[in-house]
Amino acid sequence: MSNRQPTPRPITIAILAMGGEGGGVLADWIVAVAETAGYTAQSTSVAGVAQRTGATVYYVELFPTPTTDLPEGGRAEPILALFPTPGEVDIVIASELMEAGRAIQRGFCTPDRTALIASTHRVYAITERIAMGDGRVDGDLLLDAAHRGARRFVGADFLELAGQAGSVISASLFGALAGTGELPFDRERFEDAVRASGKGVESSLAAFALGYDAARQPPPRPARPRTAGGGPVAVTIGSRPPEDPAVVAATAEERRRRALADTDPGRLVGPALRDRAARVADFPEAARSMALHGCERTAVYQNPSYTDRYLDRVARVGALERDPRGEARLTAETARHTALWMCYQDTIQVGLQKIRRRRIEDIRERARTEPGQPMQVREYLHPQLEEITDTLPARLGGPLSRSALFGRLVARLTRNGMVVNTTGVVGYTMLWTMAAMRPLRPRSGRYGREQVAIDAWLDLVVETAASDYALACEIVECRRVVKGYGDTYRHGSESFAVLLDAARELRGRDDAATVLAGLTSAALADEDGTALRAAVAASGTESARTA
Amino acid sequence: MAERSFATEVRQLRHGAGTTLHVEGILAVTKALLQSGVAYVGGYQGAPISHLMDVLGDAHDILDELDVYFENSASEATAAAMLGASVHYPLRGAVTFKSTVGLNVASDALANLASGGVTGGALVILGEDYGEGSSIMQERSHAFAMKSQMWLLDPRPNLTAIVEAVESGFELSEVSNTPVLLQLRLRSCHLHGAFVAKDNVRPPMTVTDAIENPRRELDRIVLPPASFRHEREKIDQRLPAALDFIRERGLNEVFGAGEADIGIIVQGGLYNTLNRALELLGCSDPYGRTRIPLYVMNVTYPVVDTEIVEFCADKRAVLLLEEGQPDYIEQNLNTILRRAEVAAALHGKDLLPMAGEYTASAVTRGVHAFLSRYLPEVLAGEPALLLPESDPRSPFAERVDPQAVQARPPGLCTGCPERPIFSALKLAERETGAHHISADIGCHLFSINEPFNLGATTMGYGLGSAGAAALNSKDADRRTIAIMGDGGFWHNGLTSGVGNAVFNDNDQLLVVVDNAYSAATGGQDLLSSAADHPRRSTGHAIEKAVRGIGVKWTRTVTDTYRVGELRDLFVRALTTKEPGPKVIVAQSECQLNRQRRERPRTNKAIKEGKRVVRERFGVDAETCTGDHACIRISGCPSLTLAANPDPMRTDPVATVTDTCVGCGVCGANAHAASLCPSFHRTDVVVNPTLRDRVLARIRTAWIAVLSAPVERRAAKYEVA
Repeated sequence: MSNRQPTPRPITIAILAMGGEGGGVLADWIVAVAETAGYTAQSTSVAGVAQRTGATVYYVELFPTPTTDLPEGGRAEPILALFPTPGEVDIVIASELMEAGRAIQRGFCTPDRTALIASTHRVYAITERIAMGDGRVDGDLLLDAAHRGARRFVGADFLELAGQAGSVISASLFGALAGTGELPFDRERFEDAVRASGKGVESSLAAFALGYDAARQPPPRPARPRTAGGGPVAVTIGSRPPEDPAVVAATAEERRRRALADTDPGRLVGPALRDRAARVADFPEAARSMALHGCERTAVYQNPSYTDRYLDRVARVGALERDPRGEARLTAETARHTALWMCYQDTIQVGLQKIRRRRIEDIRERARTEPGQPMQVREYLHPQLEEITDTLPARLGGPLSRSALFGRLVARLTRNGMVVNTTGVVGYTMLWTMAAMRPLRPRSGRYGREQVAIDAWLDLVVETAASDYALACEIVECRRVVKGYGDTYRHGSESFAVLLDAARELRGRDDAATVLAGLTSAALADEDGTALRAAVAASGTESARTA
Repeated sequence: MAERSFATEVRQLRHGAGTTLHVEGILAVTKALLQSGVAYVGGYQGAPISHLMDVLGDAHDILDELDVYFENSASEATAAAMLGASVHYPLRGAVTFKSTVGLNVASDALANLASGGVTGGALVILGEDYGEGSSIMQERSHAFAMKSQMWLLDPRPNLTAIVEAVESGFELSEVSNTPVLLQLRLRSCHLHGAFVAKDNVRPPMTVTDAIENPRRELDRIVLPPASFRHEREKIDQRLPAALDFIRERGLNEVFGAGEADIGIIVQGGLYNTLNRALELLGCSDPYGRTRIPLYVMNVTYPVVDTEIVEFCADKRAVLLLEEGQPDYIEQNLNTILRRAEVAAALHGKDLLPMAGEYTASAVTRGVHAFLSRYLPEVLAGEPALLLPESDPRSPFAERVDPQAVQARPPGLCTGCPERPIFSALKLAERETGAHHISADIGCHLFSINEPFNLGATTMGYGLGSAGAAALNSKDADRRTIAIMGDGGFWHNGLTSGVGNAVFNDNDQLLVVVDNAYSAATGGQDLLSSAADHPRRSTGHAIEKAVRGIGVKWTRTVTDTYRVGELRDLFVRALTTKEPGPKVIVAQSECQLNRQRRERPRTNKAIKEGKRVVRERFGVDAETCTGDHACIRISGCPSLTLAANPDPMRTDPVATVTDTCVGCGVCGANAHAASLCPSFHRTDVVVNPTLRDRVLARIRTAWIAVLSAPVERRAAKYEVA
């Protein structure tokens, strides 16, 4: 037993991808590179045949051809394993950030051994996507784990790079693998493997090159430590760059706005609102930028006097601010939710949003049309009876909403929805006409109801703020349960009513704010109100209306 | 048209003796069949051997040249019954299917085949769908081998070993007149490796020869009194013949004999994992030079008792690696050792997990436990996976927040025509209330998960309707719903489900999802496929079959993407007074196959300068309020989240990614479920005609006129 020579060990590579992403192609390329270099290569996978989107692991082992004679007593070819062994994987390639997290969780990627090559973009899991609020996992947690959980972390948005080259992610990841220098093969050999596969060679090689270069850049770092809970995240101005360019831009923009809001708020609104903008100087610093957004929005939505009404409402609550030099949560959130509520999404507003020039330009850009290339945008609209009657002047809308004949007529026209071509003469004119009904809005039934409800809500906030600041903040923020259109909107409104009733009853209790926050989360937990009903029952506010 | 074409790969099947082939496991098996002089091949697709069927389908030229008959069987039972051709004729035949579900379906035919015995070699290639990535109940094929007495091969996961197992499997079958099962584990089927080819062999007797010279031997037919003799013959003649062959040919292997007074017995399929475990523990090397004697069972049934006794006689203790439960082999070995009064202690499931896949971790831990007890001095390595999870050096130490890594189960593809069916069903149930839904096997089973949450049971392929048979009451105020795919329908659902429901006057609603292929297994054609197939007869409508068997209320929907209409149809079917089963055939082509067919055509048209309209969907971030109701009713992978561009809103908005294929289901859902008005379809005209250009000019001009005042007004209040 003592005369054994040390034998080389295989290079082990695990690829974590989602079905249909080309993980198999990537494994094939790695095998091809190794085989041309005289290695024994083995790859396996547990890919289902046709199922897409599920997490899948491909596993490759590469074994160098021995330079000396084969040892006696052994087999003619090396025995390669079919499973990645936790703690024994040299290279992990993850096609997405959560899959990198999965590789770390399963022990494939370890700090003592593994070079982790991961794309930093996110493909959200179904549980993240179906949440009624923000169910997204904090990408920073994953990014942080990638840094700490690997010997070496190579990260970039390889999907974006592949897209730039008109190719798929397997090509840019293959380039990154080459770029890391973790495998003992030169770039040429990698590229030959792509060429030999014969399909889409040019774009694959372009993506390969982008991936190759990206692998030589330092990977992104987590942007900021984030607080738990799904509430709005305060913008902190850190020195470390966040990963997402959109977030970078948004952070910079917010920083600029905050500075301007203090010094020259008039520059953050249009010329006709400059005088109103000056009023935000009375608000705490942290709430000014949000209030200016609100000014702009309420004016476009209706008119400058509607903006005056908005500012009055915010000022009324802002007078009770307890934390004017800090985050000014009560004022800032009142500025946010009051504006969103005042600019409720009625048919006039939707019509206006559809016909705005910048929207069509955005769509053109997303569709990657060339200048002058004909493009049409067709809207899938489904106006409901109450949405129509709510827009009409109350004196007309009220009787119509009770008219069975009118109801049947609308139902017939809209049961299967309507498709409107916004880029056509007729469609555009129709939506334009809808938007042009704006001056009639104050006379509509819904307008009156909404203003009463807004004031009732703010009354409750004001009444509460003096005795329980935290609860007042929660009352403001629980407005976020009202979202969507149709049934979703109706359900949200019902939940909101339950929350306000509960809030009234909770006043005076020490844990009132915590309980209301819990009820708000419960309202967002499901679509049928089961969670909210259970939470209300558990909170000891039984007499609150049931959802 | 199958999902994956092997047209290039099958050329390798022509290579002759001495060529080294670098291929996937399934291609190696096909080559081995041709090298063995196989006369006929059949099977039913299913992971992990779907691709084996696709390879055979794409290899028809080579099969024709060699006079090898190939068919896509209607079911595993059909495939197994095909082996009846080897009962009287010296024809070598092979069939393949997914195990253990395939063996369940095939076991009637296999039991009859095994009773009468075979003259020609009969080989069943099983894709063992066990462990990670499996989509079925976790059971062992071993039980079937034992109960019908068929020999079970479990070769080492190495292409050369697999190819040899096919060849020796035919011989073993012939010398013992017994059908042979060849088990290929999930990872072995998808294993890429290399082996040295031999020449293909034309079968000495072809199917044509057999047809023209019919034979029968009464004592091979399963009917008393012959059937009583068969059982005796199994024990008195076939088993001894098999044991002799296995011994003489050395099908099982011993390594490291004499290295130590302990040993390990391992199923062939686990050998590579065992060797890696031994390497990590410092007891072996990559070439398998082990310090621990090993007995590798490439044949796991029958167990060769003389070999076991011989291997264990000089050992203090032996460890058995046997994956899955019950521990059939361990029980068998205990009997053998006790009868032979061998003193060696036998360990197995006491040191290794009773249930679950024998992964590298499980095997390394078990072997480590065994060696620490009996021969601790050989342990020269201590892999990190042996450390407790609390040790920061453990690979399982928590380095990522468990909440941050969420499950990612497989789901319906982008553009899948089954998605609108379940959206419509969900909407219909909002009107009619919830129903008991009996599901089936196939892509549509993903509807049991988020976001649909439909379906209560899945009793087997094609058994969606039968699974709700008992829930049939004249007193109930609602009926049950059953779902079946076109694959399951033709597999057996027409008789076991529809026929049964007609005969027993069942009131259920049966939804047959007809996507024109056996889509879940990789897009193979079947009876009702719309495509013209040069070698198969297609185009047999499901509705015709359903009416033919006696269903009166049946509707075919040819465009499942019209969610609103489908919802209304469901409501009608759930409320109609008409007695007997109600059958809705929901037809739309599998989007993956459609894209594979259409994309090259579209690209060609664009290149030729023809007018093409590219469609995709989008969401207006401004109009979207971030409630995600659209995702909860669809779940399309292309419909996902994006950070809210509106600084006033915090929740992410819905967005449609570039992977959208423009199927239209999100628009249809927006209509049917009265979702938000933010959905829109973008039609981009590639290679526009003169008419397109003129029309675009007129429209642009008109819009410019109308939009000017709107933008002027907004500019007063907004900053650019």
